[in-house]
Amino acid sequence: MLTKYSTGELTNPTESIQAHLQQSGDGEDDLLTGKDSIVIESSNFISSIDLISIWKYRELLYFLALRDIKIRYKQTLLGIAWVLLQPIVTTAIFTTIFLRLGTSQDLTVPYPLFAFSGFTLWTFINSAITNCSGSLINHSNLITKVYFPRLIIPFSAALATLLDLVFGLMSLMFAMLIYGVVPNWRMLLLPLLIVPTLLLALGIGIFTAALNVKYRDVKYILPFLIQIFFFISPVFYSLSMLPEESVALWQFNPLTGILENFRALLFGLPFDFYSFGVSVTVSVLIFLTAIYTFHRLEDDFADVI
Amino acid sequence: MQTIIKVENLSKKFRIGKLRSDEGTLRDLVGNFIKLPFRKRHEKSEAETLWALKDINFEVYQGDTLGIVGGNGAGKSTLLKILSRIIKPTTGRARLGGRVGSLLEVGTGFHPDLTGRENVFLNGAVLGMQRREIEKKFDEIVAFAEIEKFIDTPVKFYSTGMYMRLAFAVAAHLEPDILIVDEVLAVGDAAFQNKCLGKMGEAVGSGRTVLFVSHSSMMVEKLCRSALYLKDGKLENYGAAKPILAQYETDHGLNPAAETISRNSPDIKDGEVRFVEWSISNSAPQQPHTIVSRERAEFEFQLVCRRQNANLRFNFAVQDSDGRPLIVASSVSADKAAAKVGEGAYRLRWTCHLPLQAGFYRLVAEAASTDDDTLVDTWRCEPELEILPSPDDFIGEQLQGLINVPVKFDLARDVS
Repeated sequence: MLTKYSTGELTNPTESIQAHLQQSGDGEDDLLTGKDSIVIESSNFISSIDLISIWKYRELLYFLALRDIKIRYKQTLLGIAWVLLQPIVTTAIFTTIFLRLGTSQDLTVPYPLFAFSGFTLWTFINSAITNCSGSLINHSNLITKVYFPRLIIPFSAALATLLDLVFGLMSLMFAMLIYGVVPNWRMLLLPLLIVPTLLLALGIGIFTAALNVKYRDVKYILPFLIQIFFFISPVFYSLSMLPEESVALWQFNPLTGILENFRALLFGLPFDFYSFGVSVTVSVLIFLTAIYTFHRLEDDFADVI
Repeated sequence: MQTIIKVENLSKKFRIGKLRSDEGTLRDLVGNFIKLPFRKRHEKSEAETLWALKDINFEVYQGDTLGIVGGNGAGKSTLLKILSRIIKPTTGRARLGGRVGSLLEVGTGFHPDLTGRENVFLNGAVLGMQRREIEKKFDEIVAFAEIEKFIDTPVKFYSTGMYMRLAFAVAAHLEPDILIVDEVLAVGDAAFQNKCLGKMGEAVGSGRTVLFVSHSSMMVEKLCRSALYLKDGKLENYGAAKPILAQYETDHGLNPAAETISRNSPDIKDGEVRFVEWSISNSAPQQPHTIVSRERAEFEFQLVCRRQNANLRFNFAVQDSDGRPLIVASSVSADKAAAKVGEGAYRLRWTCHLPLQAGFYRLVAEAASTDDDTLVDTWRCEPELEILPSPDDFIGEQLQGLINVPVKFDLARDVS
């Protein structure tokens, strides 16, 4: 038995490895430097964000978003109608309040339509941020069991929410027809506004998602902050209702330029390039800050989640 | 042969327990920030940290199958997670020369509300497969899992067995250059395990490099050519599987008398008693270590005794892969005295039914002297015992118990 163990039919791998090392010298590891090779090292913060691997995993992004969409409304009675219910009900409430207060400003469109357009976009931002920020925690089983670029997770959460926005916009078109506002060709530019909106929501979502992994406090703070965000953004009111001197201050809020120009495109008002520029700049800055923060924290996700 | 994995000075440090009490929440973070100028930073002491891995160095050449063994907390999972890129090492580096597929669990990303089909695509994507690749293998995956009829049913309605089969089927069709497998095979029944082992054997056959972590040395032995033994985060030994597994088993008391004893009869010294060979005398001659489940097995042990006038008792145990004894028998009881033996060769018979599920089992034979109450020989029998499924076993559902007893079913219409 002893002899069988030590010299038997098995080749001794240590021997062959040593032999290999001796013969190969410096041209050592063709495989280890090949195109599929991977180097695993301790985290260093200078390392760049691996955009190539994110691209390689784009199908996972798609499947995770699809999974989110499919399970969100499974076993619900109303299904996708939930997406529409929220802005409709909020619009009804705010319309009642505004009519009672008698603040009838010149909005060029009836207030319900005005508010509904705001709530449609707001509902998207709100749910995109919320879904994003909870996404890492919700996918902790993936994070601790498989490798893939972690950014895929919040991205897929936002992507899944984008479908809700499509339904929201469709119902908005419908509401416009009811109120006799004819959709015009400028609406084709809407995607141009959706991009900074998405970047803004992703930025806030990714930033809070990364913090949420270690500090679960985020879960409690975030709804509160979102509420403040709601009130300081012209969702249910127009900038024209504000005193003139506060308009400049309001425009620092990236959502101001987005909402105002969103309505400009919908209702055929002049497009404000200045406020749009501010929105894009601030949104991009928030997004880049979020990506940077995420990148710095992501190496520890599996350890602390 | 080319090196496909090279690990250099790899270490991983963990904090013991949870986060330090004063930095767990955001409130403390803010609090600490305010207090910052008034306290020393980095006052973490070494006592609060644990090196899960310390200075690990090894290389794996292409096409090798490496089993990683070690006790609980030896750092097996940490090593696997680092090589799977789930966690980062604290220092050192590892280089991998190819596509890595890692299976730390089966069914990662499965969602109960999604159908089998949807989960196959999702799980495939999670494991790093391209959609086209999954589409191409889809029928094969479903056939392997044997769930054609239920592929469009949400997996929450699956039985555990069906769920496991589908989950493993996806994983089994992953074709990376380096396959990293945790003890996913430890789940499921023996038949399923055998199927999984077969599939992994195929991967090995096609030149893939396999890293397999297990606490069960039996599985490692079956599957791996080389083994790496981790102990308290350090590399204890690395080389050909058998001697390293023997060392691991000795260290962990799985194999009290290490297999360093010769069982060739000419080598047996004076005063020794040794088991030499075993077989099942009523099984097919070409498969003398195999018996059908629930059938009567006539175990036959060859014994060499180089001792005069000894009183011996014999114990036998059938163990599962974790070393748990399932059946234990002894030759001595209240009305059976110890056997008197003298110098010479003996043939010892032990007959019993084996109501165990199909699979591989370990047989342990012991001889003890009743004169001075000492163990004279312990043999972890080679080769191991294989139990085949009985033709009247229930098939289909993978819900199988450990014990396989004859069952009679009878359905009659209730006329009252």
